[in-house]
Amino acid sequence: MSDISFVRTEMLPQQAPPATSVGVIGWMRANLFSGWLNSVLSVVSGAFILYVVWFLLSWTLSPTWAAASLNECREILAGHEGACWGVIRDRWVQLLFGFYPSELYWRPILTFVLLFVALAPVLFSEKVPAKLIYFSAAFPFIMPWMLWGGTIWGPLTAAAGFVIGYVVFKAVDRAVGSLAGIIAGVAASLVWWLLLAGPVSGTLGDVLNIGLTPVESRYFGGMMLSITIGVVAIACSLPIGIVLALGRRSDLLIVKSLCVGFIEFIRGVPLITLLFVASTLLNIFMPPGTNFDIIMRVIIMATLFASAYMAEVIRGGLAALPKGQYEGADSLGLDYWQSQRLVIMPQALKISIPGIVSTFIGLFKDTTLVSVIGLLDPLGLSNAIRADAAWNGVVWELYGFIAFLFFVFCFSMSRYSMYLERKLRTDHH
Amino acid sequence: MSELAIDRDIDRSKMTVSDEVAIEISNMNKWYGSFHVLRDINLTVNRGERIVIAGPSGSGKSTLIRCINRLEEHQSGKIVVDGTELTSDLKNIDKIRSEVGMCFQHFNLFPHLTILENCTLAPIWVRKVPKKEAEATAMHFLEKVKIPDQAHKYPGQLSGGQQQRVAIARSLCMKPRIMLFDEPTSALDPEMIKEVLDTMIELAEEGMTMLCVTHEMGFARQVANRVIFMDQGQIVEQNEPEEFFNNPKSERTKLFLSQILGH
Repeated sequence: MSDISFVRTEMLPQQAPPATSVGVIGWMRANLFSGWLNSVLSVVSGAFILYVVWFLLSWTLSPTWAAASLNECREILAGHEGACWGVIRDRWVQLLFGFYPSELYWRPILTFVLLFVALAPVLFSEKVPAKLIYFSAAFPFIMPWMLWGGTIWGPLTAAAGFVIGYVVFKAVDRAVGSLAGIIAGVAASLVWWLLLAGPVSGTLGDVLNIGLTPVESRYFGGMMLSITIGVVAIACSLPIGIVLALGRRSDLLIVKSLCVGFIEFIRGVPLITLLFVASTLLNIFMPPGTNFDIIMRVIIMATLFASAYMAEVIRGGLAALPKGQYEGADSLGLDYWQSQRLVIMPQALKISIPGIVSTFIGLFKDTTLVSVIGLLDPLGLSNAIRADAAWNGVVWELYGFIAFLFFVFCFSMSRYSMYLERKLRTDHH
Repeated sequence: MSELAIDRDIDRSKMTVSDEVAIEISNMNKWYGSFHVLRDINLTVNRGERIVIAGPSGSGKSTLIRCINRLEEHQSGKIVVDGTELTSDLKNIDKIRSEVGMCFQHFNLFPHLTILENCTLAPIWVRKVPKKEAEATAMHFLEKVKIPDQAHKYPGQLSGGQQQRVAIARSLCMKPRIMLFDEPTSALDPEMIKEVLDTMIELAEEGMTMLCVTHEMGFARQVANRVIFMDQGQIVEQNEPEEFFNNPKSERTKLFLSQILGH
């Protein structure tokens, strides 16, 4: 009979893992050379990657920077394979700014820099002074003024609409109730914007004409146009998407039906269709003489399109939250909006980060579709450039450059989302 | 379903039941769809009472206490909590919820907030208490449940027992007059059940009005002043714990007790 009794008298201390399982050697053993088949595959795919990189490098590193036309490129290359970079040297400014007046380039550049200042408090809230958020709030009014120019009174009267709406909301909220307050506030703002803001800013402009040289929308183009449409649509689609997602889960039948109808309609229609509606049909329905800016119309359509997708992404996040979170918030006496804002949304949005950022990236890339309705985004411009006799036949270089520009923005968004996910992790770490 | 021995003396000096009515439920019925979950419930809870609700799963005991703070809506009958009747009036519901604390089987702490933020959230936003004051109150209750040193961690970094104690502290920060417990120890390891029960006993010793849905019969025997047995959505039997355990009247209760108290 064996003795199964055992008592440990001292606990074992921690020991370091064996050297072959850590560090570079450990990683290579585990990931590249863990068996003879894997070793062969590693070597073969390594060789293939080297070959592709070598080919790309030899194509990219071609001494054609100074060439003034495709024919000059061919002379320089003398029969070798290689890129014709002269087109980028010649036209990169156009690809960035379209036909924006060159003496005013400082305005889009400054706007772009200020965009990051305005984004900082939103993206990196713990690393910048909290007061900067006031600048973020003002930026939506600064940006269009900087880009389109005109008198300072336009953005100021637009901002005044929000102030008026808020004041009316507060007054009615105190006197009647919050729902009546919201309706009255929105109505007051709309009346201001639609009827009064124009004449008021016009009068003020006559009295005191401070402003920037106006630049019409038809001069907008290139990355500047893509970024303008993309940034505004991204910034607007998130809040609209949140409201639609909440509406879709609402118990109120009419609110719910409206949200479901909107989301399903927009998702069921291609973006191109919406853009065509924006470019042609809307003008038919407008009263004659109204001049509703084409870029503004496109931004509105892109925003609506993205917010329908956003709503579904966020609804996914909401559905993933355990019911207990709602009950926890309810049981503490938080009202609907408090529990949404403080408990539900922070978690639902965190879950949805990958989907939200995917939608952002998709939206940003979809801005290239505006070339179909004649706006000169980078792709639209590339067609125009290739129509030039000097560059007729250049394809890879142009598309490569545009792809690179888009990649920089999309990749940054993707990396930021990963940083955000890491930062918001609150389980064991 | 064991009977965990409570190995401490209970200070009964403040455990007194007053004549004042805290909760009054009369002729209350509730259906889930066409399923009649709660049938003609009549229950009066006086201030200072410690009531344990027992019964097999599906008997409606959780649903009953969840009706008291309107996490579930009842379809007929009347529930009056602290003199306020529960109707669809949202103001009343929020008022009652802020005065009735609740602890859940799965704690329902907010994982994106630290322990301290979990405890100060509702006082700051519902009671409009200044942040500093809310934090001081929160630390006071965290000390009471013996985890002040975890205040700046996140719920995911705590053990189940610690999380449940935080959940109790979070409810207490709202200074509730009634506490509801919905199987607070059912998701815990035996080692952790005891620390949560100890916290609940301390609460009882201070005279808190408590309704507990639990399978901890040791707790029921020593802390409760009344045990309610439910089956099929009805109150089958209620009595003082001594009588309830030693001398059950209904056959259904006898069967239940023989099954959970072992052999």
